[in-house]
Amino acid sequence: MSSKPTRRLDRVVIRFAGDSGDGMQLTGDRFTSDTAALGNDISTLPNFPAEIRAPQGTLPGVSSFQLHFADHDVMTPGDAPDVLVAMNPAALKANLADVPRGSTLIINTDEFTKRNLAKVGYAVSPVDDESLASWHVHSLPLTTMTVEALADYGLTRKEKERAKNMLALGLLSWLYSRPLEGTEAFLRAKFARAPEVLEANLTALRAGHAYGETTEDFAVRFEVAPAPMHAGTYRTLTGNQAMALGLVSASHRSGLPLVLGSYPITPASDVLHALSTMKRYGITTLQAEDEIAAVGMALGVSFGGGLGVTTTSGPGLALKSETIGLAVATELPLIVIDVQRGGPSTGLPTKTEQSDLLQAMHGRNGESPLAVIAAQSPTDCFDAALEAVRIATTYRTPVILLSDGYLANGSEPWPVPEVADLPDLEVEFATRPNGVDDKGEPVFHPYARDEATLARAWAIPGTAGLEHRIGGIEKADVTGHISYDPDNHDRMVRLRQAKIDRIADTVPPLEVEDPSGEAKVLVLGWGSTYGPISAATRLARAAGTPVARAHLRHLNPFPRNLGDVLRRYERVIVPEMNLGQLAMLLRARYLVDVRSHTAVRGLPFTSAELAEVLHAQALDLQEVPS
Amino acid sequence: MTSTDLGMPSLGTQGVPRLDPEAPAQTKKDFTSDQEVRWCPGCGDYAVLAAVQGFLPDLGLRRENIVFVSGIGCSSRFPYYLDTYGMHSIHGRAPAIATGLATTREDLSVWVVTGDGDALSIGGNHLIHALRRNVNMTILLFNNKIYGLTKGQYSPTSDVGTVTKSTPVGSVDHPFNPVSLALGAEATFVARTMDSDRAHLTQVLKAAAAHRGTALVEIYQNCPIFNDGAFQLIKDRDEGRARLAHLVDGEPVRVGEDHVVVRDGSALRVVPEATADPSDVVVHDAAAPEPTQAFALSRLDDGTMSHVPMGIFRQVDRPTYDDQVRAQVDGARAAAGGPAGDDDLQALLLGKDTWTVTG
Repeated sequence: MSSKPTRRLDRVVIRFAGDSGDGMQLTGDRFTSDTAALGNDISTLPNFPAEIRAPQGTLPGVSSFQLHFADHDVMTPGDAPDVLVAMNPAALKANLADVPRGSTLIINTDEFTKRNLAKVGYAVSPVDDESLASWHVHSLPLTTMTVEALADYGLTRKEKERAKNMLALGLLSWLYSRPLEGTEAFLRAKFARAPEVLEANLTALRAGHAYGETTEDFAVRFEVAPAPMHAGTYRTLTGNQAMALGLVSASHRSGLPLVLGSYPITPASDVLHALSTMKRYGITTLQAEDEIAAVGMALGVSFGGGLGVTTTSGPGLALKSETIGLAVATELPLIVIDVQRGGPSTGLPTKTEQSDLLQAMHGRNGESPLAVIAAQSPTDCFDAALEAVRIATTYRTPVILLSDGYLANGSEPWPVPEVADLPDLEVEFATRPNGVDDKGEPVFHPYARDEATLARAWAIPGTAGLEHRIGGIEKADVTGHISYDPDNHDRMVRLRQAKIDRIADTVPPLEVEDPSGEAKVLVLGWGSTYGPISAATRLARAAGTPVARAHLRHLNPFPRNLGDVLRRYERVIVPEMNLGQLAMLLRARYLVDVRSHTAVRGLPFTSAELAEVLHAQALDLQEVPS
Repeated sequence: MTSTDLGMPSLGTQGVPRLDPEAPAQTKKDFTSDQEVRWCPGCGDYAVLAAVQGFLPDLGLRRENIVFVSGIGCSSRFPYYLDTYGMHSIHGRAPAIATGLATTREDLSVWVVTGDGDALSIGGNHLIHALRRNVNMTILLFNNKIYGLTKGQYSPTSDVGTVTKSTPVGSVDHPFNPVSLALGAEATFVARTMDSDRAHLTQVLKAAAAHRGTALVEIYQNCPIFNDGAFQLIKDRDEGRARLAHLVDGEPVRVGEDHVVVRDGSALRVVPEATADPSDVVVHDAAAPEPTQAFALSRLDDGTMSHVPMGIFRQVDRPTYDDQVRAQVDGARAAAGGPAGDDDLQALLLGKDTWTVTG
């Protein structure tokens, strides 16, 4: 037990920042796992450059990992760090503006050499002048401390230096009373084949912990009590991991073999990686030659009666457009997962954005309606994947599921569900003719529709008597023959739209959270803004501004009560990480004058920023004579 | 790495359900759909359709287990006229769609119908990747050296100097030789045949269907509207006899009645048989592990159709993509003791790092 006094905090935000090669993502991941195991609620935000190794010590090369943990439920990775761990001058410079004065800086002074300082434009080390006087600074030679702790190891100096992230992790673990066992077990597994490297990392980790315990530099340590959570078994998941688990579960519950056609693209590739390890669950992954082939393979799978899935990001979705249109025309189930990133073009591959909504809705030639849904938090990707498969197989339609870079890499605790409680997604294939021909003989009509869903029958090759041809060229209603008839085309265009509209029959009404019942302002979001909006709403309410909040999972079709909800409030605010794409759809559809609040910085909104917007809108409303 | 020994590839149609031997034999009529065929009068596609409809019953497969996937172009209407399962997809993408289908469904005989524009222009990438992967499917590449459906622009197989609506003073880009391209992609089965030679067409299709892996069959096909007579030099009985080299495995390669193909350094040359040193005469070896000689044969035609090899250039065994992909999944399942049940999925969802909150 520690000999130092312990102070209890209700929440802490830590940001680890260093060079891309410093292992900050790993350090953050480990702190997250150990913190989750203690029962705190958590939200994380990794932030890293698109370059694998940008020039060492430069601003573009800075990689960071922020986590927010608390004794209550947290909605965001935190607006501003309470502690910044800066492994070099670039990390300090790139992150200092986000760290409020009075917060703590832990700085690795070994890297504050003349050369490294010059690389980022520091004439004098900020550690040595007065420029950091408003922060609580711990200047530590972390690299030297690591090398000294590993003096007895037969490793090169470079290899020893590499363990400095473990020393930093050990120190932070001491500072916030986190156990080391989880990370020790992780290291044992990771370095099972390199015993000396393992021992070095363990030693560095423990040295950091021991340093905190013995040094006078840290007078107190902190603890954060577990958050009250519903009973259950928990684990932490990133959005991409949750997506993969959701897809596997959907395959299991539907009985359809899942085949993923995918082309590697940031930030979606981890879904491909995860699914490629799940062959034991009947999952097949095909790494295609390009984005178009990836979705083509998935559509071929669906034609054959499998669960065809493709994963991508914005640029890839653009390439897949024509094939998705073919899926609309052939009315086959298809799951398209778009993990959005900053655009246009290559844009910001590793940063988050919500700017593919209109591409998902309309990015195809012709009247080409399909279902669009969005995940709202990292672990919600699991449920969203199941919902995408439900819609796709029930209505025989492509579904675009929107995630984004923030959800993909961010993590949070997840109450692991019981398999038996997951939705039943069983599907039925057509097995017998569904019509008669001119001569009264039984015949299969590929475009005859179910009365309730308007879905056509899914008749898969290998089924005798149902041989038929489908394709992208317009088909005659019911018979599926090629048809250029003007009235038939008009009918088919309307039928395809009506089928998508019917999905709303099985979409739950939009729920509004308005504890006071007095709100005149509604804040409506979709996708990953769920966390920041929820946190901002709490802040606004705590400051005395009643605000109602609602969040959309289904973007096409919208829940049936959306129009009523919008009209119930004097003001509707829609925060989006784009230039107002949902706002545009709402205005067009409901003729409601929604107010857009937008930012496209490649980062999630902060809750403070949004709370300010809510407050300002509420004030503005009071000043408007009604 | 696959954990299952695939052994030597087996028949292309192995795994596809066969007709009950007691059942009445299928006929061409069984494979003819009720759709009116809408190609131009005199189009070479009619002959290929008739040959395919006539030959499919010989495979003895259940009709419902045969799928034709096509792209866009005149030839890509093909699936509508066959009473099997079919998909008329989008331009150039048929090999990708067929890859997904063939990989998921071992029990299907998968065919791709494509043209020179569809396969070699807009879909060139999918074609070469299907060939290198060796997915179990048969690709019929109708080559008429012109864009027909868009009314007569030059194609990637058009000769340099082809005058069309989009190239009024002649095309300048060098054409692809589809057989050379396929061999360069290390396709395991590459053949060439012609729409008007029903017997040869049927013989090549049979061999292609029997091949396990991607079989590419280039079919010279006449477009009577936009490129009539493109293959007249070899279709003409007398001219053709002098220009065609019918490849027969294990036999010397002959051009016409009195010429043979001989080695000349690293290239091949056509010489009168009377002057040829017998030890230089090329003996066709479709099963040669390296595609080098087959490639050299494909270069005999320099575009003038002076010497045009027909038949099977290459036919080698190599494990197929779809068999190996399925073997990995089957192997993983077998190693885990069978298909995953609820408990197995539950274990996956739990992962290795959980904690419990008691209420």
